[in-house]
Amino acid sequence: MALDLAFIWAGLIAFAVLVYVVLDGFDLGIGILFPFAKTEGDRDLMMNSVAPVWDGNETWLVLGGGGLFAVFPLAYAVVMPALYMPITLMLLALVFRGVSFEYRWRTKRWKRVWDAAFFGGSFLAALCQGIALGALVQGIEIEGRAYAGGWFDWLTPFSVLTGVAVVVGYALLGACWLVLKIEDALNMQMRGYARLLGIATLVLIGLVSLLTPFQDPVYFQRWFSLPGSLWTMIVPVVMLALVWVFFTGLARGSDVTPMLAALGFFVVGFIGLGISFYPMMVPPSLTIWQAAAPESSLAFALVGAVILIPIILAYTAYAYWVFRGKMDPNEGYH
Amino acid sequence: MLADFSAETLARMQFAFTVSFHIIFPAFSIGLASYLAVLNGLWLKTRDETYLTLFQYWKKIFAVAFGMGVVSGIVMSYQFGTNWSVFSDRAGPVVGPLMAYEVLSAFFLEAGFLGIMLFGRARVGERLHMFATVMVALGTLMSATWILSVNSWMQTPAGYSVNADGQFVPEDWWAIVFNPSFPYRLVHMVLAAYLTTALVVGAVGALHLLRNRADPEARRMFSMAMWMAALVTPLQIFAGDAHGLNTLEHQPAKVMAMEGHYDSHPDGAPLILFGIPNAAEKRIDYAVEIPKLSSLILKHDLNAPLDGLDTISDDDEPPVAIVFWSFRIMIALGFAMLGLGVWSLWARWRGRLYDSPLLHRAALAMGPAGFVAVLAGWVTTEVGRQPFTVYGLLRTSDSLAPVDAPAVATSLIAFIVVYFFVFGAGTYYIARMMNKRPGALTIGLADGPIRTAGITPALQTHGPSKESRHGT
Ligand code: HDD
Ligand code: HEM
Ligand code: HEM
Repeated sequence: MALDLAFIWAGLIAFAVLVYVVLDGFDLGIGILFPFAKTEGDRDLMMNSVAPVWDGNETWLVLGGGGLFAVFPLAYAVVMPALYMPITLMLLALVFRGVSFEYRWRTKRWKRVWDAAFFGGSFLAALCQGIALGALVQGIEIEGRAYAGGWFDWLTPFSVLTGVAVVVGYALLGACWLVLKIEDALNMQMRGYARLLGIATLVLIGLVSLLTPFQDPVYFQRWFSLPGSLWTMIVPVVMLALVWVFFTGLARGSDVTPMLAALGFFVVGFIGLGISFYPMMVPPSLTIWQAAAPESSLAFALVGAVILIPIILAYTAYAYWVFRGKMDPNEGYH
Repeated sequence: MLADFSAETLARMQFAFTVSFHIIFPAFSIGLASYLAVLNGLWLKTRDETYLTLFQYWKKIFAVAFGMGVVSGIVMSYQFGTNWSVFSDRAGPVVGPLMAYEVLSAFFLEAGFLGIMLFGRARVGERLHMFATVMVALGTLMSATWILSVNSWMQTPAGYSVNADGQFVPEDWWAIVFNPSFPYRLVHMVLAAYLTTALVVGAVGALHLLRNRADPEARRMFSMAMWMAALVTPLQIFAGDAHGLNTLEHQPAKVMAMEGHYDSHPDGAPLILFGIPNAAEKRIDYAVEIPKLSSLILKHDLNAPLDGLDTISDDDEPPVAIVFWSFRIMIALGFAMLGLGVWSLWARWRGRLYDSPLLHRAALAMGPAGFVAVLAGWVTTEVGRQPFTVYGLLRTSDSLAPVDAPAVATSLIAFIVVYFFVFGAGTYYIARMMNKRPGALTIGLADGPIRTAGITPALQTHGPSKESRHGT
């Protein structure tokens, strides 16, 4: 077999997860920033800035989960029970947050309730995603073809740290998105937040990166011995460049640069994680090839992915294009 | 109270609960998405404002129902892993790729064009807006196609082999996708979704007709819905019958349970209309039956022999009472829908479609019937498949994840509380919107969240200002 289908698929799933993180990241971030809006009008604007696209963003999560089920069923079968509680909480949180996009406009008396649901759901979903990530980095205990660990293995100081990091990072993306989409007072307010959140995000990314190599000796090796250590140099350098772009962009009053740089933080962080993980699907013992479905499953699903993912990216980009530009607070509110 | 149940029972309850909530929304949004496409198409073709008004009205209701469908659906796709991980490991290689295709070809399509359909008419122009509306409808149908292929494969597996790890390995994708029960299930389910929607639309039309017979939007939607009921119900009954014959061929034990045939009938089996299944004694008490009719329906021969559950070993037998009852509920509602359709045809022929309060009351009462029939149908299908998840090959008890009962119990309670709260509120908002007449200027409070500015709404000049009058 010339093509390593399992490898290609691992790349595709990683891509889906990354797209999910950056896209749903900013709309979850808007939920996390919701309580900080000063007026009702600001809240309306914030929510409306993502209303036409959030559903598409969340679909990447379904692709991540569904893709794992399709091509790495064994990984799916051990990870889901291991993360039973954070996953279940995340799903419930997404229920609250998803419906509040519509419900909020359908009631006066309960508007507060759905505002709170939007914030709480976004916050909890982000926290659980971060915790799940931390738990995965720490490794999942497997026996035979099943999860063999305990009920609360996912809950450790490290996973809580990654949870907080993801919440803060999503809030940063949210703030940058609002800087991009909204003018005037709210723009200024979010610009201020973006600076603080930027600093906090970088500190947390730094902490997580420092601790990660100690979660598993293998990670340590990958980062601090050749050829891995090449990356050890490149990743921080790129990150530093992004930091510079981010803060000067903010200071210059640019609306676009901070968003792009913040997205860059996530992409670089994600690549860093990828370096730690490879070639594991589920650390510490399940590799990409062990977890992969039979060849016929991989090949069949790949045909669809190769044809459809570019089309999806095209019409997703089109949908963003249609709703481009600054929000007009006077449009709407009939 | 949940403490007495095993993890398996709890996981089954959780699956049944969450999927039953989920299917209510697709049953409505599949039908409504197509209805919206038709309304929008008719508006573009005829420029009759009634259609546009109806489109705006149902669009808002659709948005709420669709949102509930999405969030309840995401729960489903992760639940396979959390609660049924062994099933996921074994059956994943076969059903996983089908579900991946569903995500790629259907969910993205729906979600990608939903924003444009809901908020983008003025931005993209009428043609592209129509295109987006059709894409959303197409997405819901694709979604139904793939997920029903998955479910049908679990009912009538084909095209696989089994490897050393006990995984099902796909051998022939064509045979897997087009497994023996798939075409029947697809047709039956899509018709069910159309009927369900027609009944809801009809009920809302009837409600407003009861208040004002001259209401133009109410007349239009009532008429459209009654055409659907009259034309689709007979098709559905026909499709259901064909589906049953197919099931008899591939899952005879399910049909025995549906029919309540505990005993074999070597020379013509009776059709049991009603009765009380008695599991202990393995018979139907107080049965009201028509001799030999079951053989006539299932075998097209009065005297054809039919096997009963006595030919099936006890641990392969599905729970009879549930299947027996749910099947009868579905059939009874199917015939009630047929009655409504025929009545409406008669009223139409007499020219009294809009002046018959009794018909309108009946249509109003039948509003929820589709949902009940859909649930009853799925219960028949799924409980009738027990005790297997992959029929005849993988038992439900062998599909379970290594989870503890207390964990499943806790999450089950959380799902119950959250679902009743969230979806209860949503249902209330939908009901409140339906209670306003379509011609009313606003049906929600703030109808038109709006979207971005900064683009010249040049295209708006084509469409009349109606759009802005009605909110987004
Ligand atoms: C016959 C149709 C049908 C059936 C049997 C199911 N669904 Fe469904 N599902 C749909 C028809 C549908 C839909 C029409 O496509 C929905 C409903 C509303 C919506 O937004 O899309 C949807 C939404 C939906 C979503 C959210 C998609 C998004 O993000 O846009 C997911 C993840 C699932 N479903 C998954 C499932 C799973 C795992 C099922 C089986 C247990 C299932 N559905 C049964
Ligand atoms: C959407 C409509 C559906 C409804 C209303 C429904 C309903 C149910 C019910 C009531 C059960 C419980 C049976 C029992 O335990 O006695 C069940 C079981 C199950 N169904 Fe479905 N189902 C639906 C669709 C699907 C689909 C599309 C799939 C597969 C992709 C599926 C997979 C399963 C599995 C794995 C079980 C076994 C777990 C269990 O027994 O609870 N179902 N379903
Ligand atoms: C009155 C005539 C009807 C007949 C003879 C009929 C027959 C059947 C049969 C035999 C099944 C079980 C299929 C299996 O083996 O799994 C079934 C399932 C089902 N029925 Fe019906 N049905 C009728 C009416 C309806 C109506 C009116 C609706 C809804 C509006 C409906 C919705 C469903 C659904 C959603 C399922 C589960 C999915 C499936 O397996 O197709 N049915 N029906």
